[in-house]
Amino acid sequence: MTTQTRRQFLASSAGLVIGVSLPLKGRAQSGAAAVMTTGDAGEGTFAPNAFVRVAPDDTVTFICKHIEFGQGPYTGLATLVADEMDARWDQMRVESAPANDELYKNLFFGLQATGGSTAMANSWMQMRQAGAAARAMLVAAAAEEWGVDAAGITVAQGVVRHEGSGQSATFGDLAEAAARQDVPVEPAVKNPSEFTYIGTDMPKVDSRAKSNGTATFTMDVYRDGMEYVVVRHPDVMGATVAGFDATEAEKVRGVTAVRQIPQGVAVYATSTAAAIKGRNALSVEWDMSAAETRSSAEITAAFREAAQSQGLIVEEAGDSAAAIEGAATVHEAEFTFPYLAHATLEPMDAVLEVREGTAEIWMGAQFPGFDKGAVVQTLGLDPEKVTMNVMFAGGSFGRRAQTVPQIGSEIAEIAKAAGGDGAWKLIWTREDDMTGGFYRPLTVHKLRGGLDADGNIVGWEDRIVNQSIINGTMLDQGNPEDPTAYEGSTKMPYNLPNLTVDWVRMESPVPVLWWRSVGHTHTAYATEVFLDELLEKAGKDAVQGRLDLLKEDAGRDRAVLERVAEMAGWDGNRVKGDRAYGVALHESFSTYCAMIAEVSDDGGTPRVHKVWVAVDCGIAVNPNVIRAQIEGGLGYGLGSALYNALTLGEGGVVQERNFDTYRMLRITEMPEVEVEIIASDADPTGIGEPGTPPIAPAVANAWRALKGEAPRNLPMVS
Amino acid sequence: MATFTVNGKSVTLDVDDDTPLLWALRDELRLTGTKFGCGIAQCGACTVMLDGAPVRSCQTQVGTLDGAEITTIEGLDGPEAEAVQNAWTKIDVPQCGWCQSGQVMAATALLKDTPKPSDADIDNAMWGNVCRCATYVRIRAAIHDAADTLEG
Ligand code: FES
Ligand code: FES
Repeated sequence: MTTQTRRQFLASSAGLVIGVSLPLKGRAQSGAAAVMTTGDAGEGTFAPNAFVRVAPDDTVTFICKHIEFGQGPYTGLATLVADEMDARWDQMRVESAPANDELYKNLFFGLQATGGSTAMANSWMQMRQAGAAARAMLVAAAAEEWGVDAAGITVAQGVVRHEGSGQSATFGDLAEAAARQDVPVEPAVKNPSEFTYIGTDMPKVDSRAKSNGTATFTMDVYRDGMEYVVVRHPDVMGATVAGFDATEAEKVRGVTAVRQIPQGVAVYATSTAAAIKGRNALSVEWDMSAAETRSSAEITAAFREAAQSQGLIVEEAGDSAAAIEGAATVHEAEFTFPYLAHATLEPMDAVLEVREGTAEIWMGAQFPGFDKGAVVQTLGLDPEKVTMNVMFAGGSFGRRAQTVPQIGSEIAEIAKAAGGDGAWKLIWTREDDMTGGFYRPLTVHKLRGGLDADGNIVGWEDRIVNQSIINGTMLDQGNPEDPTAYEGSTKMPYNLPNLTVDWVRMESPVPVLWWRSVGHTHTAYATEVFLDELLEKAGKDAVQGRLDLLKEDAGRDRAVLERVAEMAGWDGNRVKGDRAYGVALHESFSTYCAMIAEVSDDGGTPRVHKVWVAVDCGIAVNPNVIRAQIEGGLGYGLGSALYNALTLGEGGVVQERNFDTYRMLRITEMPEVEVEIIASDADPTGIGEPGTPPIAPAVANAWRALKGEAPRNLPMVS
Repeated sequence: MATFTVNGKSVTLDVDDDTPLLWALRDELRLTGTKFGCGIAQCGACTVMLDGAPVRSCQTQVGTLDGAEITTIEGLDGPEAEAVQNAWTKIDVPQCGWCQSGQVMAATALLKDTPKPSDADIDNAMWGNVCRCATYVRIRAAIHDAADTLEG
């Protein structure tokens, strides 16, 4: 085992890229988002790396580099650490890491970021090594204290023991001595057969606090002398303030100031209620010169027009045009998908306190470095003096992974306009949240397929027309391609010898963003509905037809499809009584997922009674969390597919401003869900998003069995 | 100016009569367990008990509350609340958690009225509480579990 002295280690700080051996410097400064905080590392605390702290009171605090907004990283990643340390589950605590793009980077992205269902996948080895290093140092400390050979020491349930001498100690007892040990650079991790927690339903660390109102979110942060701020944003995307009259707003009791900022007109008050009331009394004139004044209908028409011409070819095999030309049967379809709002139940918000050149931010940021950077830049502060507390967030679904730091910039501008020291809480109302942009891109798919006389698919073409999420943002690498626009239409698991997938990139001032499962939100629908139709035209069964079409190396796709068919008792009869059954298979984020939906016709609206799901996400670290993410992911996808469109009306004004018009799936509409997880020894992959893509095509395919046609334009109910 | 009881304590608030109870609870009393989701009585995140019945605090004006008794998630107690919160934890209902104070309030009110609710009773009592994370499968299971616990 390579070792390094603790001192060398600390000295080498910033550039160190060894997975586990991250220095103390920059570790969690604040437990604001902690589930059960132990406070700052005190006297005698052992902190072997940036992720683990062992306190003399025998608590083990795991510092989580990923934000918790419901997908379970606090629990899942703490499980890895606890398992490798052989800790007791009830001694584990979880705290949120502060913003530090070096220490707490997502190993897939190179900066601190949560997204793309990567929390488990990128942390899998890193957190296990973090736990293993801590364990090795505790063992070394015990060996030294007891004067015994480390090889004779065992660790179980948070107790370090030496059978030969009869000595034992808790982690807390050894914390101080462990801190003096060398830090192993590449600590050995367990064999899977040695796992004690990994693979079991460990209880979630945050369930209690989220059931009794004590979990602290951004909106729950209060600072002395804090002002509450709401901003009058434009009704139309891209409009800017031309002028405003604050006379009436300033008369509202509790309103302290009204100031223009680049994002709109900010109303400062002594309470949220007063700020909202003040905003209602404002009158603002808008400069529309850079605004998107087209309606969704006009944008859709322009996108459909653009779908007539070829775009950038992003995947090609054989000669699809010739194959379709010579086909016995040609099938064509065009699908349109609306803009969608993430509609996190906690709307966007942030708290910022500035005192004598230092600043502290509280926010549910998926890219905390970006938002911190916005505050640093806007206020001209020293980055070392700005602290970011990454808070629990009331949902994200991609919304808080801001490719431009929308909220960080807005709270910074609020502080800048106020000038000097102070504390401010920015609250977006639901109306701000719905009209604030950063939607799932409006998308058109145009597909063509050809069958030969035997029903084989000889040609496949899919043209995707939409805006780019990446290009023109802080993540733009200058590539003409942007896979987030069409992922899932490419690299399909099926044998399609003649295939062309091309992308027509559109421009609009409407900002777009990743929305739970990103490109897969529309590609899964377009490809799996279209394929289902082709298979039927070919006289093939929806399940067997897919199995026959799968590539040789698509074993994991095959396994989930076969399993789900067994679970649902699929027998080829798509309609039984008033119920119909539809299947869909779609891999996203390296997780394989197949669903079968049972659907009936409820007065012209699909009613989904039951969904069977088979999923393969590699080693199932916490099956309970995986099932929960499948349930939630498919519920999220189902509600949107059935009901949601974020529509720009005449002049570009957003029509759906709250839940009265942007309808949320409710408990009465949630199907029964049965999930099976395929046993696997592959490294874990993502689970936050893969449950979303297959539900809409599964429902549409069932609906087609019932009604003859699958919906071409989403949402299904309008 | 209104005087009413919150979690058993008398409070007098010097705020405009049309101030939503939600913001008074949060900003004046710092009872932050009650959440804001929509402001128009469409989501239930702000659910509190008013004289024992669940109401939307975002649409309840402080000026109407003279003499009323309000219970928030912080003051929720009794066997039903305990059974609900234990079931919520055991079944790991919450995901992001933002809706869950409201869900717990609504579920507790349901069990006080209907100790052994059917699925239809659950639908009736809970449909007004949105969960954007779609934890509905577990909400239903946890209510049944809590009912079983109460039955003993
Ligand atoms: S905030 Fe009151 S019902 Fe939504
Ligand atoms: S748990 Fe996220 S909204 Fe219900």
